[in-house]
Parts: sequence; structure tokens; C-alpha cells
Amino acid sequence: MSSQAILAATPGQTVGPFYGYALPYPGDSELVPAGRAGAIRLHGTVYDGAGQPVPDALIEIWQADENGAVSRAGGSLRRDGFSFTGFGRAAVDPEGHYSFTTVRPGPTGDGAPAFFAMTVFARGLLNRLFTRVYLPDHEAVLDGDRLLRSVAEERRSTLVAEADADGYVFDIHLQGDDETVFLAFPGA
Amino acid sequence: MKTTDSDSAQDSQATISDEIARIQDDYQSTGVEETQPRLDYAPYRSSLLRHPTKDPHHADPETIELFAPVFGQRDIGTLESDLTVQHHGEPVGERIVVTGRVVDGEGRPVRHQLVEIWQANASGRYIHKRDQHPAPIDPNFTGVGRTLTDGDGSYAFTTIKPGPYPWKNHHNAWRPAHIHFSLFGQEFTQRMITQMYLPGDPLFALDPIYQSIVDPKARERLVASYDHDVTQHEWSTGYRWDIVLTGSHRTPMEEEDSK
Repeated sequence: MSSQAILAATPGQTVGPFYGYALPYPGDSELVPAGRAGAIRLHGTVYDGAGQPVPDALIEIWQADENGAVSRAGGSLRRDGFSFTGFGRAAVDPEGHYSFTTVRPGPTGDGAPAFFAMTVFARGLLNRLFTRVYLPDHEAVLDGDRLLRSVAEERRSTLVAEADADGYVFDIHLQGDDETVFLAFPGA
Repeated sequence: MKTTDSDSAQDSQATISDEIARIQDDYQSTGVEETQPRLDYAPYRSSLLRHPTKDPHHADPETIELFAPVFGQRDIGTLESDLTVQHHGEPVGERIVVTGRVVDGEGRPVRHQLVEIWQANASGRYIHKRDQHPAPIDPNFTGVGRTLTDGDGSYAFTTIKPGPYPWKNHHNAWRPAHIHFSLFGQEFTQRMITQMYLPGDPLFALDPIYQSIVDPKARERLVASYDHDVTQHEWSTGYRWDIVLTGSHRTPMEEEDSK
């Protein structure tokens, strides 16, 4: 299983305020073209501990395709409009809102719930945060999920997106009563 | 009332330095080693309302988290690793080469993976429109680079030595010169963004972002070394900076599957 890390990891640092001309790129948040059959929107707002939107955050997602396959295709930085690479990046707008155009991730195994892996960066946030975005569609599957079962019931909903007309809404609360559950992985 | 507005710039450097010193003393007395920055680090005022207050939830990486996005040659332009040739003229400043290896927690190279950098120019000014520091913009320097690591996990950028710049955390606050680095591993759980610093910067002790890594050995891991073997005759000085990502979780079988 997990092998023992022998080297101390290089520390992270905040993404700072000036990533806007460097990390975003054309098509970064469009994992599929908006008009494509099956295209959905995953969007939401990043909030601070005072409930105010965070206007300088950067969100990344990494996901399986509709059939649950993990893409091994390159091309996320220069999308060809056809290949699904599974990776997307979205800087929030001045109202703290991010939006991806993508497809619903399929389950990667029998009975396994599908989720988006998500990373959150922001000015004022000294290291990246990891979380998961589960889809609300199959309650029975969510009820059986190992991670969700291990989270206190009153906080579980912070990991589950809500359906809307175009897809799903997933707000991120960095701090406060509704604080999103963030994840620590072994060896990190 | 304690200010949470980073633009108010009311506190003095002495106040910030006292807070830094107090946290440092508390850390030394615990005897428990930390290797990453504190998220809750009040001397960096912008962190006050942006750090989670609940402990992170321990999770075993599953399915998609055991893989990372793939980037290839078509993702990168051939000139993107040389930040000095992206315009018509030569940028102003000290030309440097920054090179090193990206490895995982077991020391294995992170091969053919994306490395992105961005930085201020030689006078400490970012192209970003939000940067209003009254230092000159260099029309020949954008300060953005991308490359892929090679088969040994090595990367190299040619760039200009960035300058320090003022910010509004407190009165007369200055950031030590740095280059932002964005890194991917072989698993999504290894994703990280950090800052590389240059050796001997007099601003280290004063900077709450650098000092948010409370362990002195850990924060020194962000400081590149001058390397005369990287320095090129009558062309550029050279720095070496190796990067270690967090340990990986895949079994050997999954390693084979991913090839």
C-alpha cells in the first residue's frame, strides 16, 4: 500500500494576488464546448469567514469522463475541442464566482460514487486546499461512500453539489459555520 | 479593533515582527516538527478570514485522485521556458537560469509533468493590472513561463532575477524577491503551488508569508542555491532549486496500469 515518504515535502505558499495573467489560459474552464450534447455547468461562489465573496481565488477540477474513465490524454492547455482531458481551471470573477463547462463524471467502479476532485487556491490562503464535489443524484450510493460516511452528518452536505437548471452548484466556504470539509491525504 | 482589511496597512513592521517572533517561540517550545505553512497565521492579515478553522478531514485517495492530468508537448510553446525571448527586445535586469528536479516523497522523478512559473520583473513590478507599485513595467518582460520536466524530472527556466516589491499587509511591507511555481505530480493529491526565493534575502525575517512556515529548516527548502555549474560563461548566473512533492499512494500495479 502506501509507501513511506522519505523526503520532506517542499512547503506550499499562497498563490498570491497576481496569478491572473499567468495561470488562466484560453479555454481553461471549458472541459467540453458548451454546446456539446451532455455538457453541464459546475459553478459556485467562494466565501470567506465573514460570508463575503473571495474575488481572488483559483479553482481546479480533475475528473473522470461520463463513462468513469480516467483520461490519459494531454492537451488541457491547448484544447482541440474533442479530446476530453479531465482537467479544468477557473479563476473566480470579481464576485467570487467560478464556472466550469464539463460533463458529469461517471462512476469509476461498480457502486462507486462519482465525484470531482477539486483544489482551491486564493490570496490569503497559505496553502492549497483539497476537497471533493459529489453529485446529489443517487442518495443510496452517497450513503455507502467511505469518505462521506466518515464525515460528521451535519457537515456532509458541504461535499455534495446541488442540482440546478444547467448542472450543479457547489459553493466553497473557506471558514465559518458552513465551512467546507477539506481533505488531508496520507503523506501530505 | 483588529483590522482585517489588508489594504489598511496600519500596523508597523515592529508589530508584525513581534507577532512573528512570538509564534516562532511557541513553535520551538512544542518540539513537534511542521513542514508546511500554517494556514492560520495572523501576521499575514489576509489569512484571517480565509483559513479553515476546522481540522482537515483525513481521506485515503481514491480513483481519480490516484492519477494526475497529463500534459504533452502540444500544451507548451517552444519558447515558453525562456522568459527573456518572448518580446522583440531583451528585458532589463540580471539574466538567470533556474533549474532543478521535481521528485516525489520517495525521491522518484516526476517525469514529463507541467511546471508553471510567474514573477515580477527586475524592478519588482508585475504585469498584472492590480499591481499599482510605481516601478517601471518592462515592455520586454511578461514574467510567465511553462515547461515540462524531462525523463529525469528536471526542469529549467531562463529568466530575469525578480525584484522585491511593496505590499499592503502592514506599513512599509516588502516581499522578498520570489518566483511563483505551480506543480503537478503523478497523483492529484500532489498538486501544489509555492514560491522560490533567492539566497541571502534581507527581507526573509520580515516577511509573514515566508515566516508562515514556522520551521526554519522547512522554509529554507524554498530558497534556491547559487550554483556556478549552472552559471554560463558571459551569459547568465545560475541557481538550483529541487522540489519534493508529497509521497505517492499508488500501488506498483496501478503504476503499471497508468503507463
